[in-house]
Amino acid sequence: MPPAEAHEAQKRLRYDTGSSSSSARFESWGRYPTYAANIIPLHWQGDFPEVAQNLHNGILPVGLGRSYGDVCLLKDGNLLATPAMNRIIAFDRETGLLTAEAGISLAQILDFAVPRGFFLPVTPGTKYVTLGGAIANDIHGKNHHVAGTFGRHVTEFELVRSDGTVYYCSPAKNPEFYAMTIGGLGLTGFIRWATLQLKPIVSRKIDYEGIQFHGIDEFLALTEASKEIEYTVSWVDCTSTGKNFCRGVFMQGDHSTKRSALKPSREPKLVFPFDAPGFALNHLSVAAFNTLFFHKQMVKRQVALQDYEPFFYPLDKVLHWNRMYGKSGLLQFQYVIPWNNAREGTVAILKEVAKSGLASFLAVLKAFGDVPSPGVMSFPKPGITLALDFPIKPDKSFPLFERLADMTLEFGGRLYPAKDAAMTAAQFQTFYPEWEQLARFRDPMITSSFWERVTGDQPSL
Amino acid sequence: MNQNQAESNTPAHRRILVLGATSGIAEATCRIWASQGASLFLVARNTEKLTAVANDLRARGASFVDTAVADLDDTDHHPALLAHAINSLGGLDVAYLAHGVLGDQAQAEQNFNTAAHILHTNLMAPVSLVMWLANFFVQRRSGVIAVLSSVAGDRGRKSNYVYGSSKAGLSTFLAGLRNRVDREGVTILTIKPGPTKTAMTSGMKGSEKFADVNAVAKSIVAAIDKRVDNLYVPFQWQPIMFVIRHIPERVFKKLNL
Repeated sequence: MPPAEAHEAQKRLRYDTGSSSSSARFESWGRYPTYAANIIPLHWQGDFPEVAQNLHNGILPVGLGRSYGDVCLLKDGNLLATPAMNRIIAFDRETGLLTAEAGISLAQILDFAVPRGFFLPVTPGTKYVTLGGAIANDIHGKNHHVAGTFGRHVTEFELVRSDGTVYYCSPAKNPEFYAMTIGGLGLTGFIRWATLQLKPIVSRKIDYEGIQFHGIDEFLALTEASKEIEYTVSWVDCTSTGKNFCRGVFMQGDHSTKRSALKPSREPKLVFPFDAPGFALNHLSVAAFNTLFFHKQMVKRQVALQDYEPFFYPLDKVLHWNRMYGKSGLLQFQYVIPWNNAREGTVAILKEVAKSGLASFLAVLKAFGDVPSPGVMSFPKPGITLALDFPIKPDKSFPLFERLADMTLEFGGRLYPAKDAAMTAAQFQTFYPEWEQLARFRDPMITSSFWERVTGDQPSL
Repeated sequence: MNQNQAESNTPAHRRILVLGATSGIAEATCRIWASQGASLFLVARNTEKLTAVANDLRARGASFVDTAVADLDDTDHHPALLAHAINSLGGLDVAYLAHGVLGDQAQAEQNFNTAAHILHTNLMAPVSLVMWLANFFVQRRSGVIAVLSSVAGDRGRKSNYVYGSSKAGLSTFLAGLRNRVDREGVTILTIKPGPTKTAMTSGMKGSEKFADVNAVAKSIVAAIDKRVDNLYVPFQWQPIMFVIRHIPERVFKKLNL
């Protein structure tokens, strides 16, 4: 036995796996903006609110930092990093209900669930997001028109406030916290664990069909014709004008119903190794990429049986692909415009983008369905959504962005906070009149650089 | 090869005792074993953490998971604890020691009790456990004892020599024990991990250079399967430590390491 005095010392000893914190720049996926923050990794369900006891300057729980702008940043504050809280708490093989700590990533859920014959009910275009982050941003996927948002499949979760109050939340219990936390940008408290309803699959494969289209009307016709198909999304060329304006590839798919081996995925091997120089992405290189992508599909219609990895996560194959945009980063822009203006608004915005000559590689077009979101602040609503990204060019990107945001506003649409780094407070407050409700439910210690930017709010400590 | 060895080579039937089961590397290792269907007995100090880890491993496919909360500094209770674990598992194929403290080097330079505590937790307690386990395995003429030591034990450095000396003592004890029991069919694996990245460091600068905890865990599982004697993980640490061990003391004592 060690001497008794050592027991006192033991309390001050740091265990090999114990918590530590470090001050560093935490980058969101867009790499703009970046702020110094104190990063505190959480390991255990009991770590919060204990770690917050002696902190000042506000706190923000964060996951894997895959949102693009500043919803996952807190300048000079404390970021509580959750990815080490990734344990499975319970799984029911019969019902597919999975309860896990909020830091588990969708990739980790898939690794666990796919070999057991289950899949995510909703997935975004990357699997490197956490369960808590997916709830906080009430993310959507290619099946929004049939499945709604991610939050609809979250049957319950535990929310812990910085004062130690614990709210068990479900549509029936504490429904107001449930509705404010789904899409609540992490501001209502710390999501400790959540239960997700997975869905059964019998194969890793997707029955895929890719269809070329020319113009928005062909896109709308394809959307109308594919209502019964679970997954639909389009890539659209937003560099071309004239007869190629709004050309694209409509991609649709269903989980294959033909039984086949449910092996776990292989680890990605490719890493984008360095920051590309600023000139790498320009109008010419992106136009060339877009033309190649369009013609990669040689025929008007292409049918294939495709693994779910390239179907859902084509970019996850290259880790750190955001480095392609260089050190200055990228701006994402994603709107939804309701059906009454969707066609007109989309054409106008695509024209504005093409006219600007500011290249966008990844332009993704999709029709949202009318399945209601459970979250008060959830982004999706019935209409057309378009997601673009631009490399940041100091004098040009922001004016264009502001124009596009104003156009979105005129057409009655709104922007997606998870992908935003530039909307103004006035724009946000018009897009989301519910923001004042979120302000009331916000945990007084929790804030984000996004929240401070769009509300002018300061952490009230 | 006798029947016990054949059993221990089938991952799904393996009975594994994990001491310090809530440590990051141990937990990652256990997840691999759980997915293979192994039976696990987990020991750690904190009930809540232990329960969280045990539930996770059950969900991931472990055939059997039992736990005991214990302070492993308490060497008097080791025999009872180990006997209980083996009884619960219905035998034992692998013992995995992963508990330890980093300690406060600055304080340990001034305060003997702090230094003594580090040495007790990292050296005395493992010696007590490993001694009992080795004798148990020798009787059965089979078994693997895998112990997390550290590259820090390969040469004393001013930044962590108290911790380092505890690990040096442990590595030397294990080397001698291996020399004694290897011929009895018992494998002693000394594991020396370098700095390891855990999921929580993603997004932090500089952490790209750290080793991935799951990759470290995978190497450990493979080394146990192959009955390796010494494992530097990641493997680059073997040549690095070779160089560090061979820097002349005249030079080394002036370095800031």
